[in-house]
Amino acid sequence: MPSALIAIDVEGHADQQPLRAPVDDEPGEEEAGGAPRRHVFHPSQGRDRAPRCATRKPHATTGPPVARNPLHDVAIVGAYHTRQARVLEGVREIDLILDTARGALAAAGLGWDQVDGLNLRGARSRLHSREAAHLFGGLPRWTGLGLGIEGVLEAAGAIATGQCHTVLIADAQAGEYVDRAATSPWTRPSSEFVECFGLYTAAEFALCAKRHMHLYGTRPESLAHVAATIRNHGALHPEAVHYGRQVTPGDVLASRLVAEPFHLLDCAINSEGGAGLVLTHASRVRDLDVTPVYLLGGALERLGMAYVAAPVWDHCGQVGRWAAEQAFAACGLSPADVDVCEFYDPFSFELIRQFEAYGFCGEGEGGDFVLGDRIEIGGEFPLVTCGGLMSFSHAGTAQLLQKVIHSVHQLQGRVPDALKVPGASVAMTSNGGSGALFTDVLLLGLDRA
Amino acid sequence: MSGARGIPLPHPTPLSRPHWDGCREGHLLVQRCGACRRHVFVPQPLCPTCQSADLAWVECSGTGSVYSFTVVHRPQRPEFDVPYVVAIVELDEGAFLLTNLVDCPPDAIEIGMRVEVTFRKMSEDITLPYFRPITSAA
Repeated sequence: MPSALIAIDVEGHADQQPLRAPVDDEPGEEEAGGAPRRHVFHPSQGRDRAPRCATRKPHATTGPPVARNPLHDVAIVGAYHTRQARVLEGVREIDLILDTARGALAAAGLGWDQVDGLNLRGARSRLHSREAAHLFGGLPRWTGLGLGIEGVLEAAGAIATGQCHTVLIADAQAGEYVDRAATSPWTRPSSEFVECFGLYTAAEFALCAKRHMHLYGTRPESLAHVAATIRNHGALHPEAVHYGRQVTPGDVLASRLVAEPFHLLDCAINSEGGAGLVLTHASRVRDLDVTPVYLLGGALERLGMAYVAAPVWDHCGQVGRWAAEQAFAACGLSPADVDVCEFYDPFSFELIRQFEAYGFCGEGEGGDFVLGDRIEIGGEFPLVTCGGLMSFSHAGTAQLLQKVIHSVHQLQGRVPDALKVPGASVAMTSNGGSGALFTDVLLLGLDRA
Repeated sequence: MSGARGIPLPHPTPLSRPHWDGCREGHLLVQRCGACRRHVFVPQPLCPTCQSADLAWVECSGTGSVYSFTVVHRPQRPEFDVPYVVAIVELDEGAFLLTNLVDCPPDAIEIGMRVEVTFRKMSEDITLPYFRPITSAA
């Protein structure tokens, strides 16, 4: 387990736990508008983005021929999340894990006996894959340990190299967050060089945001616009923890300060729930009655330990750039080809940073890039279309998988109508962030690369 | 930052002990690589730039500038009095330290501001290196 994975939490906040960024927040009121899609020239791509149409077209490969990549032999055929809530009262984590696993298998139309790889995990119960294999009679031969995108790429590697053919990944958290006096206990760092100075996840990410604002003049209004857009997407998703809770950028700026420049509503929420996926070899897809979503490219990018030293922007500000380049190169696509941006959203600023790091816009341009309707459902780069960690749910380590699930559901058209991105065929998703000193990237598509 | 009551204090390791001993004696010590000559902080067994094991403890001037900062209103834990200022200080020698800025109203802090170390004894063993603005009179 990479120790770089750390929680981000504002109600509480993080340490040797995966990324989380929770906050309790108050609801606001406002309509999220669905503006018409715009097509904007991107200096970074040097060409116009092709107009979208409601019927899906195969994505064009814009670069030179792509070398065969074993990742392309793998598809996600099941994606499922349990009920999510701030607290799942009376729910035992083991039952939640089972619910997650059954749900993911049902989504794929598969039974337990058709799975030969397992990555199953409970945040609080510390249940891990080998233990789980024991509970299930030792059936799955292959077990994995990676979290989120890391776990997806680990499983894909196992499938592509013939170690197994079908992997169930399930992760859940219930009953963990009980002390609400300060930041979540698992978001508090324990390093001797940061703990005594009161650092925690929100403050760590705030140090990155603040440096960016200093260097490029990025404004709090841009951060608030991102947070409001994501939250308003979640407000339209009946399964989101913050369903119905719409906010304006003004509400974000008016919410209480957590760690400047972050207000409460710039931060992820804190919640409980489960997330599961089923991956299988592309050769088995035709036997299933599902819409497969193929892996197009992906990479991990880790800069070492987080929350043990100062998060220096010059060091961590571009983390994910390399991973994105690898992912795009694996399938011959570029940012202009991405229809859905399910980026990791622990804090509002991190979305601005990711648009820059992944090459959607130039360095320092992210603050202006996100303004207007560009990141709304009807916009050019719909961002965190199901409400993400700020509104949908931010549960344990399951939330890392959640980003992948939302991407799959969006491509499969299995989201509420108001949140559907018409004709979407390529989704980009991520885990991590500058303050966490890692960013993992995954590109998914309806068409096999 | 005045919240000295019960905040978590460092537990020095064999690797970090010279740094904390230095703070207790009023000296800001970091490592310096004998091969590439870079200053290194936090303490490492190998130089993170050139992987040389030739690291020696040296005293810093204790001055630097604010690289980034955040005014924290929601504390890491209740023992911290809010607001407090978490900052990254770029030492004049080139290493970066995470610290708290003290003796300065939060709204007077700017990135690039010149600061100097000020040691605060927290226990018999532990003295923390905070930073404060360098006043022009000094």
